Amino acid sequence: MKNQSVSNNIDWITILIYTLLVILGWMNIYSADITPDSSYIFDINQNYGKQLIFIGFTIILVIVVLTIDSKFYERFSSVFYGLALLLLIGLFPLGKTIAGQRCWYAIGSFTLQPSEFAKAAVSLALAKYLSDPQINLKNFNHQIIGLLIIFVPVFLIILQPDAGSALIFLMFIFVLNREGLPSWYLWTALGAVVLFIMSLLLKPQYVVLISFLSILFHYFNSRKIKRNIIASSIVFILMAGFTISVDYVFENVFQQHHRDRFNILLGKEVDLAGIGYNTNQSKIAIGSGGWFGKGWLEGTQTKGNFVPEQHTDYIFTTVGEEWGFVGSTVLILLFTGLLLRILYLAERQKTKFSRVYGYGVASVLFTHFFVNVAMVVGIFPTIGVPLPFLSYGGSSLWGFTILLFIFVKMDANKVNEW
Amino acid sequence: MRKLLLPGMIIVSAILIIARLFYLQIIDEELKLKSENISIKIKYDYPERGYIYDRNGVLLVANQPSYDIMVVPREIKDLDTIEFCKLLNITKEEFHKKLKKAVVYSPLLPSVFLGQLNKMEYAAFQEKERKFEGFYIQQRSLRDYQIDCGGNVFGFITQVNEAVINKNPYYKSGDLFGKQGVEETYEEILRGQKGVKHIQRDRFNREMGVYKEGKYDTIAVQGKDITLTIDAELQKYGEALMKNKRGGIIAIEPKTGEILALISAPSYNPNILVGRQRSRNYTKLYNDSLAKPLYDRSLLAEYPPGSPFKILTALVGLQENVIDTSTVFACRGGFSYGRGRFMRCHCGGGMRKLHMGIAKSCNAYFGNTYLNTINHFSTPSIGVDTWSNHLKSFGLGQFMGYDLPTGRRGNIPTSKTYEKIYPNGGWRATAIVSNSIGQGEVLMTPIQLANMMATIANRGYYYTPHIIKKIKGQAIDPKFRTKHVTTIDKKHYEPVIEGLAEVFKTGTAYFLGVEGIEICGKTGTAENFARINGKKVQLEDHSIFVAFAPKDNPKIAIAVFVENGGYGATIAGPITSLMIEKYIKGKTTNKFREENMMNRSLQHEYNKFSRKYIDSMYKIKLRKDSILRVKNLKKLDSIKKANAAK
Repeated sequence: MKNQSVSNNIDWITILIYTLLVILGWMNIYSADITPDSSYIFDINQNYGKQLIFIGFTIILVIVVLTIDSKFYERFSSVFYGLALLLLIGLFPLGKTIAGQRCWYAIGSFTLQPSEFAKAAVSLALAKYLSDPQINLKNFNHQIIGLLIIFVPVFLIILQPDAGSALIFLMFIFVLNREGLPSWYLWTALGAVVLFIMSLLLKPQYVVLISFLSILFHYFNSRKIKRNIIASSIVFILMAGFTISVDYVFENVFQQHHRDRFNILLGKEVDLAGIGYNTNQSKIAIGSGGWFGKGWLEGTQTKGNFVPEQHTDYIFTTVGEEWGFVGSTVLILLFTGLLLRILYLAERQKTKFSRVYGYGVASVLFTHFFVNVAMVVGIFPTIGVPLPFLSYGGSSLWGFTILLFIFVKMDANKVNEW
Repeated sequence: MRKLLLPGMIIVSAILIIARLFYLQIIDEELKLKSENISIKIKYDYPERGYIYDRNGVLLVANQPSYDIMVVPREIKDLDTIEFCKLLNITKEEFHKKLKKAVVYSPLLPSVFLGQLNKMEYAAFQEKERKFEGFYIQQRSLRDYQIDCGGNVFGFITQVNEAVINKNPYYKSGDLFGKQGVEETYEEILRGQKGVKHIQRDRFNREMGVYKEGKYDTIAVQGKDITLTIDAELQKYGEALMKNKRGGIIAIEPKTGEILALISAPSYNPNILVGRQRSRNYTKLYNDSLAKPLYDRSLLAEYPPGSPFKILTALVGLQENVIDTSTVFACRGGFSYGRGRFMRCHCGGGMRKLHMGIAKSCNAYFGNTYLNTINHFSTPSIGVDTWSNHLKSFGLGQFMGYDLPTGRRGNIPTSKTYEKIYPNGGWRATAIVSNSIGQGEVLMTPIQLANMMATIANRGYYYTPHIIKKIKGQAIDPKFRTKHVTTIDKKHYEPVIEGLAEVFKTGTAYFLGVEGIEICGKTGTAENFARINGKKVQLEDHSIFVAFAPKDNPKIAIAVFVENGGYGATIAGPITSLMIEKYIKGKTTNKFREENMMNRSLQHEYNKFSRKYIDSMYKIKLRKDSILRVKNLKKLDSIKKANAAK
């Protein structure tokens, strides 16, 4: 009877888009990875063969996630969160280092990335905390706890170091904002990003000057009663301090490859054969697609392996080259549709817990999607995050699937939760 | 508001990304080009160029393999430099210099390390090629000329330049193509079609296999062999006769229009434009602005034809019924026309009829004939146009349509020409009488002269002269099989031909006959002037001779033209007789004449054009006014020329 009710109330639109994305992902991995002498699609030595196994295992995961009672997730959310933190901490003694990053547990030839699963855990923990009727985000203490739930894993991930994943966790601030965190938190965060980029582009003294002028403008532009010379001065000092420290951090704390990545994006260095190679090749591959693309398995840039990491972070270049503008746009619209659908479902949830959780799912997926695609098309610095459901990799596929299907289950159960 | 923030950001992001995709995929065309350039390597398979044979099946131009040692610097491994250098006979310094050059070009792409090895060097290197990783041998095909003459006939092979590539997308940088001569005209037939292979490359420039199972690949098509109408023996002989002279010889088989010999002097040995010395030699030829060895005088030299033109004057007169074989004109060392104008004549004077008029080349006879022809019509305009149309039926005053890449129209004036020169009208036949003897506004090229003789030999028709006899597996252009009939009736040719035969009996070439061959010919002498240091200086006349033989059933028509050679009978005449005898008998009997002509040098005449000679003759005045005067003269001259051209 229970299963009956799940299949009746389940949101088939979400399932459909999810399935399409996973299939598209595998097709593009296959294209990016295939060589003339391999034709057997279950070939375990090839990435597309492994991905097929991951997808097969995902079906089992989906069934398990949908079978478990949704109350279970709410009840055990703190346990999941604690478990996730333990796994992240456990990386330092036990993890495997790949390319300077200690983000994986190695089990035989398979590797597992705990931060992918931590996303679901943090979403659950945030939902659990915020759904407590006694919690009010206008309260400073509650704000601090809310932020701590986010920043503890962020801190652990920065230590790995994995800047991309840290950025994803940072964007849980959208969830807090939705639930009543004063807006200036969000605007401060976004303002800091703008100041950060400006400090890299211009000399610090100019940025300080611009900050001073804009504060001055704001001061005289606001009504007389609202003018507060002390507050304005403090804001200015903070901005100046931030600018100078960014400059200091960029020059003295960042490693060269971090600096390079930003410099390419900001157009400060053009070195196509060296550091700018990834972005340049990815733009060439996408640009060569034209209106309708070269067709599946026909991409010359893809075949030539010109784009590094094409089956993982740069999977979108295959879509761009082989499916063209039309295909890429369809993919963007599918993603946008999925995200908006999740938000729509979240808003109509009857419990605060599932609403907050849905919001968490949407912000994780959105941040991944935007950071990844914007990087691949060259409007964002090179930050390694996978494209959900499409990029090769078991951990990320399973992580996103669990994240999404817990929400699907909650949504399907909303009727019974009275 | 808070509810709408995240959905809003999602939508804005999607729009932003789609806009960026639109820019990358639709607007920015450069990215597409880059993709093709880096991911697909195109390999060409060059077919061997067609061979060239002479009319008797003698191989003239073949191909020789040439071997370049190519290097891919990145692939060099454990090289025994000492052994390598010893084998190729280069020093260690040279080795490093060449390698550095290759690395600068590209460490990953092949480039020529050492070009054009001979067979011995190639054989020695090939044995040990495997030991030298990173080096390999690229075989190319170069022309191999079997004879050392005919440079102007064959043309040469050279690398395509930017202009050619832009004009014809078939050619890619580094390709070879034919320039000048038959190599240019029959380029597409000789070269065949190169084969194309598309190969998918990876980011290390390694080849990964055939792109799209060879969907866009093509197979090379072999170049076709061609047979020319040239008689190699005659060509060689003619070039020997023209040694140390400037000018041209054209011999045509009248019955077919086939060009038997096409000689331009000075010429060059085609072999010097092959191999390592090619570019140095070519520059030398190209920069010789006085002797102009790359300028085909037999096709391009445009001159007033002089006396040979009288033949046409006579034919037009006969056709228009203004003279017949018994018409008599008096010659008193020339003849006067108009007010006090006098045309001198060297024929000896007397009462002239057509027969002796031609034999003695009497100016008075043809001057009168021409005046009568023009005055036969109500206005001189109609007269000139009628005359002009007759001449055009001989292929004069126009491109003839032969299969060689260069040529000139020549000039046959019409009434329009004179309306421009005399814009106020009032010109009469007397004003243009110098046309009658091939001076005035008439201009012809040597090939037009030769074709004129072929037409007369045929008694009134010609085939467009051509140099192609056969193309293997393909028919030649049908226009070379089309008869062009002149507007002069056949019956009028006989008396003229009799006159031309008389030239060799009692006329201007009575001493140039050949035993056993009845030659019909005509001498010609063309005045010429040069501008040296701003002064018009009369130079030694150009020597011209036209002929065909034998009189009945003609086998060869010929025009010989020697710059600054003096009278027609002094140089061009003997050369003509020798050529005719050589062609018809296959050997020459008059060894004295032959030696005389071969050893004759006109270099002393040509030296007059050299800077050194000019400087010694004239003191260059550096005074301002004299320079100004020269400038003014030049200006006036160019204005006059421009007016005349209009």
